[in-house]
Amino acid sequence: MSEISGSVEACDLRKSYGGKRKAGRDKAGRDKAGTVRALDGLSFSVTPGSVFALLGPNGAGKTTTMRILTTLSRPDDGRAVVAGIDVLRRPGRVRSVIGAVSQHSGAVGLLTGYENLVLQGRIFGLPRKELRSRVTELLDKFDLADAAGRQARTYSGGMRRRLDVAAALVHRPGVLFLDEPTTGLDPEGRAELWAMLTGLSTGSGTTILVTTHYLDEADKYANRIAIVDRGRVVAEGTSGHLKAELEGDSVVLDLGEAGQVERAEKALAQLAQVRQTSSDGTVVRARVADGPRALPAVLAQLEADGIAVRSVTVARPSLDDVYLHHAGRSFRQAEGSTVA
Amino acid sequence: MNLSRMNLVRQAWAVLTGRYLRQLYRQPAVIGITLTQPVIWLLLFGALFKKVAEIPGFGSGNYITYLTPGVVIMTALFSSSWTGMSYIEDMDTGVMDRFLTAPVSRGALITASLAYQAVTTIVQSAIIIAIGWGIGAAYPGGAAGVAALIAVSVLIALAMAGLSNGLGLLSGNRETLIAASTTLVLPLTFLSGAFLSLNVVPGWIAGVARFNPVNWAASAGRIAVGAHPPWATVGSYAGFLAIALAVTALLSTRAFRVS
Repeated sequence: MSEISGSVEACDLRKSYGGKRKAGRDKAGRDKAGTVRALDGLSFSVTPGSVFALLGPNGAGKTTTMRILTTLSRPDDGRAVVAGIDVLRRPGRVRSVIGAVSQHSGAVGLLTGYENLVLQGRIFGLPRKELRSRVTELLDKFDLADAAGRQARTYSGGMRRRLDVAAALVHRPGVLFLDEPTTGLDPEGRAELWAMLTGLSTGSGTTILVTTHYLDEADKYANRIAIVDRGRVVAEGTSGHLKAELEGDSVVLDLGEAGQVERAEKALAQLAQVRQTSSDGTVVRARVADGPRALPAVLAQLEADGIAVRSVTVARPSLDDVYLHHAGRSFRQAEGSTVA
Repeated sequence: MNLSRMNLVRQAWAVLTGRYLRQLYRQPAVIGITLTQPVIWLLLFGALFKKVAEIPGFGSGNYITYLTPGVVIMTALFSSSWTGMSYIEDMDTGVMDRFLTAPVSRGALITASLAYQAVTTIVQSAIIIAIGWGIGAAYPGGAAGVAALIAVSVLIALAMAGLSNGLGLLSGNRETLIAASTTLVLPLTFLSGAFLSLNVVPGWIAGVARFNPVNWAASAGRIAVGAHPPWATVGSYAGFLAIALAVTALLSTRAFRVS
């Protein structure tokens, strides 16, 4: 097992795309019209052995951050340290102590699962004998033993992802980076993968840094969460802390039809008790200090404006509310507004 | 990290070359097409230009004997011009990121691709030479001449592969590479003595051909398999080709620069 402490630190990372030759390589850099500021002073730090989630909508800067930390890209400014090694000064040393799973599979389709793992191990210079037992161990652990002799292109999405994670672990890295590992997986596949990741962090003390745009995943599985919006970390902490920081409740109103949502938001914003509003489909959320107490006023206001309410609930803050609070827009809106 | 482990890491290019060969082995259709193509060239051009060998001053009595080294070089050039495609595919599928986040040097990635190209070119050239012999080509230069022809076919293939890799890495885009390759490869072939002796082509083409690496390869190969080859000439052509190869290999390694 690696002796090196698996800490990760990003310090004031900045990166803009535009005018540069390779801008097209990164998701956030596709906008050719002008300079895209992918990272705008992004900072966070990860405790060794923990599961840390970078949570944010597409285009927030998560992938750019991961590419910088895994030595695939260089920031315009800022500092990054992984496992005590300066990423910008000694990228070669960083590569030998990290495992990286990118958004795309990374498995060679024409090679079998077994061959993919052996290829990875040999690139890292593992001796053949040790490698063989390590590969067998990983195939068992990731439930791929039966499919080991099949070409990776025949694998399902979930199997491929498991193979990717297994490959990234062949050389027993101290830090594992995964960029949106659960995107495209069904709920069962997501749960399985998360079970394996949390097992790794508790079992082998591997530090896991993962990006996701699934609020529920970050909420459920990550030890700490950094909320990323427009190239910056707008909030960081445990899911519980982040939610507790938001005093008060949400009044969640289902109007049954989307047509009245905008009017309802406007009406609620006039109320003194309402701090913030957001909407999603036919649902309007109002942030208030005390849900049960604000409820009568909320309903009276809507009634006065002739807006029908189908159902209403008072909820404790969700991570969605945390996001809204810090980023100033709801998660769904942020997802919709990005060009990426 | 102990010494033996570091040595193994340095052998990463061999591991990666093995990966390419395994992939090729799993695609028998690709092997079939690559081997069929030169046979078509040999038969088609052989029939089409049969009479040109009779033109006074052409310099070779048997057109198949003249043509075979040309087809060897042309095939080496054509096949290697697609080398960059595997990089583009690796970039699209995330395989490239996997390698780049591992302690593999950029030089090893380029070396692996070139080593693979060298292996396939050797096999391909040998098969074309055999087929050419089967349909009547003569190689009075003997085994040494044939070996030299294969060697220069490898040199031109690797020079082209380096260029193709560089284009693939810089553009990251199949269409760009296809457009660039086809635009380059056909003129390079026809502005050389691959099919027609430079004695019978317009003067400006013969002039341009003198600076064309494909012509260097075709000339060197043809001289080498002929009777009493002047090895110094073959050697100097090979030297120029080696320089061209060094330049394109260097360019493609530079193209790996991180963004």
